[in-house]
Amino acid sequence: MITLILKVALVFFALTIVISFYRVVKGPSMPDRIVALDTIGVNLLSMVAIVSIVFETKAYLEVILILGILSFIGTIAFSKFLERGVIIEHKSDR
Amino acid sequence: MKINDVILKTVVQFVVFIILTIAIYLFFAGHYTPGGGFVAGLVLASAAILLYITYDTEKVKNGLPIDFKVVAAIGVALAITTGIVPTLFGKPFLDMSSTSVHFPLIGEKEIATVMLFELGVALTVVGVVMTIILSISEGRDD
Repeated sequence: MITLILKVALVFFALTIVISFYRVVKGPSMPDRIVALDTIGVNLLSMVAIVSIVFETKAYLEVILILGILSFIGTIAFSKFLERGVIIEHKSDR
Repeated sequence: MKINDVILKTVVQFVVFIILTIAIYLFFAGHYTPGGGFVAGLVLASAAILLYITYDTEKVKNGLPIDFKVVAAIGVALAITTGIVPTLFGKPFLDMSSTSVHFPLIGEKEIATVMLFELGVALTVVGVVMTIILSISEGRDD
């Protein structure tokens, strides 16, 4: 029973990623694409967690940590590029 | 226009230490489980990149005065040294040995010379990645 629920949840997470990917490709504005990429990162993380429950293994838990870090840094870098037009500033005026 | 990003700067001050902790965990986990020097180096580099993104180059250089080219050179020298030293004792190149040591509070743990080699790999990865990214981002925006 619990396995069936986990598999249904996997399918729905995959569906969410597909919808978010449509927003990444089609998105009218740049912030739409960035929010969609962040959503894809979070859903991918949840999928890895569910897969590691289904397989009853601890081997994928590091994937969650590192994917979370990379998604966080990626979102910050995209947002800063939108806001300032440059990612690593030489000298900020503050 | 002044941009107020105090939330980002406050969060990053804590998150950087979480990322460094994960890097140290990955470094020591790399013996039998996923992890190791290469991944630990990449995670360390991502922590440094997060600092560089949040603040600017000058502030980070004041607080973290490390020349990453020197770090890469030290890493390669360490890795090659741990490879060559066994040949002086008549063993093959890159031959590694290990021994079991009893630590207080932790218990019996295995200590291997592979750890020094992994440290060299991690330092090399940090140095190379940071050198590449800082070279790419060096252009002045004017």
